[in-house]
Amino acid sequence: MAGVAEDIRRLAGELFQAGKIDLLIGFEQGTGSYRARPVFVESAAGAEGLTWDSTCSSNLAVYLPSLFRREPQKKGAERALPRVAVVAKACDMRSLVALIKEKQAPRENLFIIGIPCRGMVDERKLAAEMEKATGRVDVTDLSESEDSICATTPDGRKVEMAREPLVQDACRECRFPVPQGADATVAAPSRPPANGDDGAVLQFSRRADEERWKSFEEEISRCIRCYACRQACPTCYCTECFAETNRPAWIGATAEITDTMIFHIIRIFHQAGRCVECDACVRACPMGIDLRPFAGKIALDVREMFGFTPGFDLESPPPLITFKDDDRQDFITEPHRG
Amino acid sequence: MNEQGMSGGWQPRIVAFLCNWCSYAGADLAGVSRMQYPPSIRVIRVPCSGRINPLFIVSALQSGADGVLVSGCHPGDCHYLSGNLVARRKFALVKNLLAHVGIEPERVQFSWVSASEGARFASLVEKVTEDARKLGPQRKLAKVL
Repeated sequence: MAGVAEDIRRLAGELFQAGKIDLLIGFEQGTGSYRARPVFVESAAGAEGLTWDSTCSSNLAVYLPSLFRREPQKKGAERALPRVAVVAKACDMRSLVALIKEKQAPRENLFIIGIPCRGMVDERKLAAEMEKATGRVDVTDLSESEDSICATTPDGRKVEMAREPLVQDACRECRFPVPQGADATVAAPSRPPANGDDGAVLQFSRRADEERWKSFEEEISRCIRCYACRQACPTCYCTECFAETNRPAWIGATAEITDTMIFHIIRIFHQAGRCVECDACVRACPMGIDLRPFAGKIALDVREMFGFTPGFDLESPPPLITFKDDDRQDFITEPHRG
Repeated sequence: MNEQGMSGGWQPRIVAFLCNWCSYAGADLAGVSRMQYPPSIRVIRVPCSGRINPLFIVSALQSGADGVLVSGCHPGDCHYLSGNLVARRKFALVKNLLAHVGIEPERVQFSWVSASEGARFASLVEKVTEDARKLGPQRKLAKVL
């Protein structure tokens, strides 16, 4: 992994020196050891702090729409849009593609540094593992080798853990670990792609109706409506969200259960054709709500019903702005007569 | 809305979103043809089934509707040519997503009714009402104030 970070730093330095970019979004060492922190680099000197390890789980595509959003410009005196390099795993890359298609980021202003991915470590699993081993969760240093993660506690103890069991559930179900169509791809190991069956959604859908409702209600009842899931989601970029408009006031602003359930149902629906199942929403949730069985449904349906997977292809139209004459309509109610 | 029907028992309340060009006219035809169907529906006229935002549907349920019916022109007959075809994709996703989280699929129904199908409209309302009656009052998404 050290080699990957070096390659990113070198590439970033070259790009800045050649004057090809104004900004680079990547990762630097976080204050805690559990998660690398996203960083905005504006010069070759700043690129020195860039890093890459198994805690770079954040989806960096989330920062892009706001970079390219600007006031209406006076004709002939338009302010140039920034040229931005992004360090992107395959999931970040797919989110980028969705944003580019929806005109939230111009492709020509992006320099995408693709990184094949072995799956990122789930900080909650790591914390649980540490607690089991040492009785506390503090970690001062995290180092990794091919198959293991080694954590150092404040009192100097070293805990060695196998890497694979710590990998996020989303990554285990990842069908696209290698980015395609990046401007530069850093050589890095990747995990074998999952085959896409029997993920969290399918397991959930096999449960009985009432059980599913109960589980949904239970999970959502913990929601405090902080909107962290929405903020963390790269394709939740609306400047005005239905959850906050008051004309019309679609839903109340408090954590009343039906309001909260509707917020989640509609937010998930809005990700149709956009959700790349990066799990940014799940990672961001301070209440540890497992949105995966619900949020993944929309990606599954779009794939199964319309044959659309948000991937690396910039040409295919998003599924909800188009249609086919023979789209399935077996859900249409046929009355008894007439 | 009054929960009691004329017969005294609980009667389901159905919110029906009907497109201006086909289904609303179909409902009108059912009316002027003196066809009998349950008085359970509250009609909201929309310009096209493509106008339906899934928020309309869940808001109706939150306001206490026991069922929601959405109806537009038959595929190929849309006044705006493709409004109902784009809508069809949304409908399929909404129907599946609501069922997935555990809302009974019969609560939210979608259909096509043309301006000449008064009998089909009456029958449709009968079916949707009957389905809601079997399920009983909708409480899952209904907001209790």
